[in-house]
Amino acid sequence: MIVLKSQAELEKMHRAGLVVWEVLTMLRAMVRPGLSTMDLEEAAERRTAERGARAAFKGYRGYPSVLCTSINNEVVHGIPSRERVLREGDILSIDYGAEVDGYFADAAVTVPVGKISPGLERLLATTREALDRAIEKMRPGNRLGDISAAVQTWVEGRGYSVVRDLVGHGIGTRMHEEPQLPNYGTPGHGAQVEPGLVLAIEPMVNAGRPDVHTLEDQWTAVTSDGSYSAHFEHTVAATRDGPWILTRPREVTGPSW
Amino acid sequence: MPKEKDKKKPSPAGNPKEDAIEVMATVIEPLPNAMFRVELENKHQVLAHISGRMRKNFIRILPGDKVAVELSPYDLTRGRIIYRYK
Repeated sequence: MIVLKSQAELEKMHRAGLVVWEVLTMLRAMVRPGLSTMDLEEAAERRTAERGARAAFKGYRGYPSVLCTSINNEVVHGIPSRERVLREGDILSIDYGAEVDGYFADAAVTVPVGKISPGLERLLATTREALDRAIEKMRPGNRLGDISAAVQTWVEGRGYSVVRDLVGHGIGTRMHEEPQLPNYGTPGHGAQVEPGLVLAIEPMVNAGRPDVHTLEDQWTAVTSDGSYSAHFEHTVAATRDGPWILTRPREVTGPSW
Repeated sequence: MPKEKDKKKPSPAGNPKEDAIEVMATVIEPLPNAMFRVELENKHQVLAHISGRMRKNFIRILPGDKVAVELSPYDLTRGRIIYRYK
């Protein structure tokens, strides 16, 4: 059942969203060669506690950390560790979620480590743009298929592939709610977007083939062909006046990441 | 954190294959088209057909045989003969 949120509930989710935005903004600035993903994890955990929020990922279905740190060919769900050290030229995808007052927010950003190749720049730019195009479709009157198709046609038009086994999702009093939002689809299909609908929109884009498989740690998802993968995410609410990105301050405008 | 796409469709109504009721019965008389009238332990008589698996393995059923019958949860007067006891 798709649960629509009231204005008051959206405000609560926005509070969680601001924590998420603050943590991700802090982490983005920290990223540099030589840092380990555990360093980011510790910083995130500290800031979460300082803001009185709860890190939503830790303990969720047994996930051990506060962040997902996914490097290069890792798509999502990379587990932070002292042994994973960032190197110049890597791309790092950081996914983080927080819960405040019973409501969740979830966002992610893929960050370059030092200087990266133009090919990777293009991958990141494409994925970023895919998210923005999807957010644009979060208006009453559209359907979920319009959002999914927007991502798919843009990404595939640029020569990349869309991950199929992992999907965006509704979010609210639980981390994962109905509906599922694949990054591929047909315009005009799927449920109606109505005011109060809140979705975690997260395009996952591979430079090569879309196939993904899970590593032995039962979590880390990697591209089956070893190609690089980018991931951007925001928690977005549909309102009568258009999309509201809950995971960033209202004053911020322009591209979502 | 992305969710894994659900691949299987959950069945909302309940699964007749799993909900079927297995009973022991005795074959009363053969009818045309590999159908049999069988009598259950509770004296009820039921129309049953021979299962495809038994057909494939050329297992014959004669009146008087004790057999296992699977009854449909939707119609307790129809069944499928799934085993013949020695």
